[in-house]
Amino acid sequence: MLDITKQSLTELVDNIKNKKLSSTDVTKAFIDRSEKSEELNSYITNDFTSALDKAKKFDQKPNFNLKLPGIPMAVKDLFCTKNIKTTAGSKILNNFVPTYESTVTENIWNEGAILLGKLNCDEFAMGSSNETSFFGNVQSPIDKNLVPGGSSGGSASAVAGQLTPVTIGTDTGGSIRQPASFTGIVGLKPTYGSCSRYGIVAFASSLDQAGPMAQNVKDCALLHEVISSYDPKDSTSIDFKRNHYSKELTNNIKGKKIGIPKEYRVEGMPKEIEDLWQKGIQYIKDCGAETIDISLPNTSYALPTYYIVAPAEASSNLARYDGVKYGFRAKGENLIDMYEKTRSEGFGAEVQRRIMIGTYVLSSGYYDAYYLKAQKVRKLIKNDFDEAYKKVDAILTPSTPSSAFKIGEKTNDPVSMYLNDIFTVPVNLAGLPGISIPAGHDSKGYPLGLQIIGKAFDEQNILNIAYAMEKKINFKNKITDWWIK
Amino acid sequence: MSKKDSEYLINRKDNQYEVVIGLEVHAQVLSESKLFSTSATKFGAEPNTQVSLVDAAFPGMLPVINEFCVKQAIKTGIGLNAKINKRSVFDRKNYFYADLPQGYQISQFKDPIVGEGKVILDMPNGQKEVGIERLHLEQDAGKSIHDLDPQNTFVDLNRSGVALMEIVSKPDLRSPDEVNAYIKKLRSIMRYLGTCDGNMQEGSLRADVNVSVRPKGSKEFGTRCEIKNINSIKFMQMAIEYEANRQVDLIEEGKTIDQETRLFDTKKNETRSMRSKEDAHDYRYFPDPDLLPLEVSEKFIKELRNDIPELPDDKKKRFIEEFKLSPYEANILVSDIDTAKYFEEVVAKMGKNKDIKLAVNWITGELFAVLNSKGLEISQSPVSAKNFAILINLIKNGTISGKIAKTVFELMIDGDKDPQTIVEEKGLKQQSDPKALEALIDKIINDNREKAIEYKQGKEKLFGFFVGQAMKASGGKANPQLINEILKKKL
Repeated sequence: MLDITKQSLTELVDNIKNKKLSSTDVTKAFIDRSEKSEELNSYITNDFTSALDKAKKFDQKPNFNLKLPGIPMAVKDLFCTKNIKTTAGSKILNNFVPTYESTVTENIWNEGAILLGKLNCDEFAMGSSNETSFFGNVQSPIDKNLVPGGSSGGSASAVAGQLTPVTIGTDTGGSIRQPASFTGIVGLKPTYGSCSRYGIVAFASSLDQAGPMAQNVKDCALLHEVISSYDPKDSTSIDFKRNHYSKELTNNIKGKKIGIPKEYRVEGMPKEIEDLWQKGIQYIKDCGAETIDISLPNTSYALPTYYIVAPAEASSNLARYDGVKYGFRAKGENLIDMYEKTRSEGFGAEVQRRIMIGTYVLSSGYYDAYYLKAQKVRKLIKNDFDEAYKKVDAILTPSTPSSAFKIGEKTNDPVSMYLNDIFTVPVNLAGLPGISIPAGHDSKGYPLGLQIIGKAFDEQNILNIAYAMEKKINFKNKITDWWIK
Repeated sequence: MSKKDSEYLINRKDNQYEVVIGLEVHAQVLSESKLFSTSATKFGAEPNTQVSLVDAAFPGMLPVINEFCVKQAIKTGIGLNAKINKRSVFDRKNYFYADLPQGYQISQFKDPIVGEGKVILDMPNGQKEVGIERLHLEQDAGKSIHDLDPQNTFVDLNRSGVALMEIVSKPDLRSPDEVNAYIKKLRSIMRYLGTCDGNMQEGSLRADVNVSVRPKGSKEFGTRCEIKNINSIKFMQMAIEYEANRQVDLIEEGKTIDQETRLFDTKKNETRSMRSKEDAHDYRYFPDPDLLPLEVSEKFIKELRNDIPELPDDKKKRFIEEFKLSPYEANILVSDIDTAKYFEEVVAKMGKNKDIKLAVNWITGELFAVLNSKGLEISQSPVSAKNFAILINLIKNGTISGKIAKTVFELMIDGDKDPQTIVEEKGLKQQSDPKALEALIDKIINDNREKAIEYKQGKEKLFGFFVGQAMKASGGKANPQLINEILKKKL
């Protein structure tokens, strides 16, 4: 049998159900590998001891009807987990232990999965390289000193490095798809309202969505099926009929019309990315689907719009971290002094930058010019997609304008860092589902991803397209275990 | 419209000033749970025992609108004759304070749930209409307690997230008396609707008062000052009085009034500057992305409309028409829903041959006096409406006199006794047998022959003497009307 940690989620589930493996075998294997992988710094908090206990308990009384029977899983540290420290990658929540569970993780445990630990991420999910985490940089399993992407950097690193069979991340502007692309794995950002936001530390409420990250499309579909649910505790959760995404998965996409938006051919985009895209178009055709050139005219406004809307919401969402109720508190002379010291010491530079941007764009006198304008442009961007979807079933684009970069390479250039999200951000602004699948390597051997954008609630369709393309692409991630001594 | 002689004006040398007042009333919605969480809202609970993770703004917690509070707001809007907005939006009002866990208050800014409306005030000189600008729903903050510890401030979050209705009036009020009538009218309407208990001591009803002054006859508004968070009508009136005079003095001295927020110091009876316009918070309002716009259907509103009870204005009209009450009497009875309920129950229990005027006089006279002296609400009346009705009927059918009735009423207070029983047990029944009374009067005339002659010679004052003697002889039980008749005949 293949190394346990090299198996896909689907294989592991089958092997546990067929009693070829026990939950304890599987859990132990991932714990062992995680313990050997400290250099990746994927984890902020591990829960290995109790994970093993839970695995043993599962094996004593197994329930094979569950979708994730005894499967160990680490999750992004943005999901509140009962009695397990939840930091959002920030000093300000360094000591925060929730008494409650997020709906998405609750759904996962209810299907039999077991928490391995909490994965590193950019502070409050603000970043594209995992370099803003209070808990240090995360190494990419692809190469030493390479960023895994962000903000779900720890999650991407853990899946690509086989420290967890699958995981969940959150995606506000590309935080699942971009790190998935950088590390050669699959990442799905679902339709806004598909997965509950209850119990997820908020970054930008109108954009945040949880989603699965996996080694292949089928695993991704299975995990999405588990986490997507209507939740009355989240007023923006949508009560629509959800598919059995993994069961209904098919690689028959004959006759599907796939749009190729010309505006995604941005200035300065490396030829490698263009070539990859062209290869993708060919794969689509090879699958019997048709590609159609389309226009999303407002694409160039998406990034500036995002960097108004997201910080605006964040500046308000993060106001609760004030040292009064929980989390880090600095001593102060008086209330205001305590606030200032707590928030200056508790938040990192990128978070502070975004709070300031957000505060600025909402302040009176600037609100109309920035926030209100951005909301109008957001509407236009959504209209672009609505218009396009009259002609096509899905849209194919590159996931990122470049492959992964070195740690420290863009730290001092926030704008160049923000440009990483140029292809992913419009999808969040429009509330649509998008999936990144690994599609090739650049000249340095680093993975490159393609993004398939779907209509709202049409996750099944983009999963099918991804599934069909995956078979044609036949991508092999080059993991050398460089970090294991 | 108020007449000239009742105008509230501030006089200085040659100048007269009119006072312009607008109120922002914060009324706590009567509901079991909070606006966006399921925590209880009971007053006076141990600190921090009615706090959910949502109220304390824990990471990842999300607000979910309480439909009941929405219904309460719409009902109140209907009671204020106001436009109900089918689409309204919750916004975040951002500011930092220790008792504001989220760092923002969820409120409604641009699109409130209720739009323009009006209420009618009954002033001594006639009716006055006051415009309502809007009503919106918002969360209350927690409570900071500064005096329990020399170093620390304690925070009680029981109130955090409780639903408030902010009712904003147009600047239509012109005197402390009108403010008094306005608050009482709002409270009355909301108590009829069951949407706010109106309890000012418990903070269920409080107001920010906007005051400006202008020369009498001027059409333009002066610069206004906002006096924050006053929780008694008396203090509102005192604050307005002080503030209006302060502003007039400034104008008289040739100075300008700064637009600012002020606080009323109840001990010193003065308003003090809290913050100027320049220091005003920038609340950075924006639509709360955790909540979708609130949309209600025509059907939803219609069902609530059908559920609205008879409100004070309609009840007053009906009392005047149906029971032939004066507007004054009707006002007294309808202003408080419990008084109206008591009165209507008395009317119902009195049966066919009823004397409504008599009942009204007794409620507003004897009953109110007893309630006042005992410090009770009418809902806690020691005399039930049923026994009260029996008492009125006993007077009406001549079983007891009004005077005896007062004695009976005294005895009823203790344990809500049946007046019929009291009358029988104490032998207080009125003597209405003409033969017995004639005999009694014959004896009195006989015993006082000289006075009888004087009366016949024209000393009419003496009639009262004979009535008194007869009542005395009967132990107060004689039917005074019959005594009168017989005496007139015999003398």
